[in-house]
Amino acid sequence: MQKRAIFGGKSLPYLLLLPQLFVVAVFFYWPASQALWQSFLLQDAFGLNTSFVWFENYKELFEDTGYYRTMLTTAVFAIMVAGLSLSLALLLAVQADKSIKGASVYKTLLIWPYAVAPAVAGVLWIFMFQPSLGVVAQGIRAMGWNWNPLLNGNDALTLVVLASTWKQISYNFLFFLAGLQSIPRAVIEAAAIDGASPARRFWTIILPLLSPTIFFLVVVNIVYVFFDTFGIIDAMTQGGPSKATETLVYKVFFDGRLGGNLGSSAAQSVILMIMVVALTAVQFRFIERRVAY
Amino acid sequence: MATVELTNIKKIYAGGVEAVRDVSLTVPNGSFTVLLGPSGCGKSTLLRMIAGLETITSGTCKIGERVVNEIEPADRDIAMVFQNYALYPHMSVYDNMAYGLRNRGMPKPEIDKRVREAAVLLAIEEYLTRKPRALSGGQRQRVAMGRAIVREPQVFLFDEPLSNLDAKLRVTMRLEIKRLHNRLNATSIFVTHDQVEAMTLADQVVVMNSGRIEQIGAPGEVYKHPASRFVASFIGSPAMNLMTGKIVEPGVVETPGGKLPFDAKRFSASGEVEVGIRPEDIHTASSGGTSFTPELVEELGATRLLHGNFGSTPIIVAIPASGTVHENKEMRLSIDAQAVQLFDKATGRSLAR
Amino acid sequence: MVEHRGLGRVVPYIILTLGVAIVAFPVYLCFVGSTHPQEITANGQMPLTPGPIFFETYYKTLFVGSSGSTREPVATMLVNSFIMACTIALGKIAISIISAFAVVYFKFPLRMAAFWLIFITLMLPVEVRIYPTYKIAADLNLLDSYAGLTIPLIASATATLFFRQFFLTIPDELVEASKLDGAGPLRFFWDTVLPLSRTNIAALFVILFIYGWNQYLWPILITTRDDMQTIVIGIKKMIVTADALTEWNVVLATAMLAMLPPVMVVVLMQRWFVKGLVETEK
Repeated sequence: MQKRAIFGGKSLPYLLLLPQLFVVAVFFYWPASQALWQSFLLQDAFGLNTSFVWFENYKELFEDTGYYRTMLTTAVFAIMVAGLSLSLALLLAVQADKSIKGASVYKTLLIWPYAVAPAVAGVLWIFMFQPSLGVVAQGIRAMGWNWNPLLNGNDALTLVVLASTWKQISYNFLFFLAGLQSIPRAVIEAAAIDGASPARRFWTIILPLLSPTIFFLVVVNIVYVFFDTFGIIDAMTQGGPSKATETLVYKVFFDGRLGGNLGSSAAQSVILMIMVVALTAVQFRFIERRVAY
Repeated sequence: MATVELTNIKKIYAGGVEAVRDVSLTVPNGSFTVLLGPSGCGKSTLLRMIAGLETITSGTCKIGERVVNEIEPADRDIAMVFQNYALYPHMSVYDNMAYGLRNRGMPKPEIDKRVREAAVLLAIEEYLTRKPRALSGGQRQRVAMGRAIVREPQVFLFDEPLSNLDAKLRVTMRLEIKRLHNRLNATSIFVTHDQVEAMTLADQVVVMNSGRIEQIGAPGEVYKHPASRFVASFIGSPAMNLMTGKIVEPGVVETPGGKLPFDAKRFSASGEVEVGIRPEDIHTASSGGTSFTPELVEELGATRLLHGNFGSTPIIVAIPASGTVHENKEMRLSIDAQAVQLFDKATGRSLAR
Repeated sequence: MVEHRGLGRVVPYIILTLGVAIVAFPVYLCFVGSTHPQEITANGQMPLTPGPIFFETYYKTLFVGSSGSTREPVATMLVNSFIMACTIALGKIAISIISAFAVVYFKFPLRMAAFWLIFITLMLPVEVRIYPTYKIAADLNLLDSYAGLTIPLIASATATLFFRQFFLTIPDELVEASKLDGAGPLRFFWDTVLPLSRTNIAALFVILFIYGWNQYLWPILITTRDDMQTIVIGIKKMIVTADALTEWNVVLATAMLAMLPPVMVVVLMQRWFVKGLVETEK
């Protein structure tokens, strides 16, 4: 944790830490504690009166079927994005890991979507799938399917999932490729000599050895869907139609907007904080395990 | 150049571990003193306390006329060569050597003069613009020494500087350090666990064990007259044979290998003792002497090691590799009285007067 | 490596090429759309090849602005985005590297407390404290300012951990050698730590530049004036809900311009990008 050779100096270390601790205190801890405090408060409709209501906001939230629906939407969203982007990325990474010509060119051509802003990704995909003008949407409609993400909740969720997946493939691809490249070649060669077919080698050797990476990426993808898809949703659907694409984070934003329901929004924030703590704990448990390897 | 004087130095770490227990030592002006001992004996800690990299728990450390306990490392007028060289990887060889001088505000021409002189001395002039990673291990070692030399310090400190080199290079660099010392005549303190390094380099060897000094002396002295069983077994390869014995009459000790003579003028002993004989002090004899049956013979080229037992005590005999020796065939050995060392059975200290 | 024989050899190329095509297709369409007049696009009759008004569209986008709800030329937004991304990246690097230096190289009361205070912010993303943070920024008069856009995002547990991890790999002897060479903590930081951290700083800069450039939720809250908005939020404001009014060629040109800088950074600085991405996750 610390060096053997350290410097003296009474005030210097504090001075060095000051800028970061200042930002952290003013823009992290103070607002977070405010969120916690507000989650116990109730404002009247005009924002004139505020009263302390203990867990009333939480109670209301857990009695609201809409909140459960949002949770379910978030869960479905997360599972679909994680499942789709992980399997596609793994497929591509396995190919790129083979001794092929131009592997590094393929790598470059596959990783750049990481740099595209979520909101911009949303614009790209809405442009393709917008029912009246989207090139792809028209293809789908020509096949007789009444595709309309502006009106149909399932279509909208599908679209948001596709855009989110598209953006996340590059990240997963990079980590899978790194994971694959760290598997000793000799192990795979030994399996080949033991008579395992390529498919069998993949399922019995490569996939198990890749499991730490997969686990890590599952957590990262869940966090991604929770937080980073905000821009995609806001650009494409604003949570609609009729809340079909509303995630937990989007609901916090939406409910608290223009001073709407600040108490409920704050309570939702606190619940989200707890979820992040849990996810971080899982992630760090995993890192400990990885260190133990 | 200066004398280094340590008085009752102790180092106790925060956890209560006593790394150095009450060490007093004088390193004379111009001497090459080697701190020798197994790992964990406190030799490096002692050196680092002289450098000022570790605080001294109690006792005083004097360099020249100055008590330096509370003085910053940079102001102690010392230079140090580290085990892993600790060269600044992002600086050229020249800058590595010049850095400390620049920090002291030395005028540029003077820095340049000193760096170039040191480079000539160490034969690294052609590498001055290179980065450390473009150098071989031996060259890095030279740069590390150059960094110390340009400072023209009162004392040079070496912390196992040769242990990262391969065996062949270690021998070359050893000679080079010796040559350098002969030339600069600077007070040097050198830490190592390698007894060959210690014997070849030092004019004063300090053998340390578990935080204490076991013996201080010239290399030959430490070898010939070890002050304790620990020194006896630590110095010399193969190690000194040790066995129990009993004084039966003045000048004669009874051992599992029979009665052996010893120098009664040197040792005052009675009753049970520990007897030590170096393998190379045992010779073959045509008749008389002690009976010995070698169970295993190791040929080392110039010498030959015979492994066997005196009673149940394992014994090694080193003899010149001439003639033939048969395994499992009894032979006679003679042991010179002058070669027999006696140690106290309980304390392990030498029983020499 | 087990070599494939026969037909198996071309399979990877087919799959990878397909993958690249799928990944690139939305951006290709975006480019094509930015070169066709809005009437054609809005009618759903856009061809799949680039159209005639490339220069007109991009000139209008950059220097004139759209006729949607934001009329600010995109050039202004690009400048804002650049300022925001660079300030966030450099600011995070600067305050994190000195924090990590303090935590690793000094011993002082509350050292671990300070470390944990920074570390725990990992679990407080802006999304869970949106409105209180906004309120503080507003109270501090930071709305519609570069300071408001950047300072609240400038703390970084990730970067601090990353530098701490790196500092722990710098051999102790290098500090000791510096001490013997008469360097104090600040000189050691400037002469040795900073030069040794160069590649790490570069790697982190790439990641943080992208992070800063792509910020969305915070700029949307903190900026109200058109001339303060960044390109990522400007593009969203150009899409008018009634799509007939949306100037799609301008929107798509803006999207192209919004993607260009961060994508170029990834492609041109790929080595640092990969290093930064992989190592900050440790």
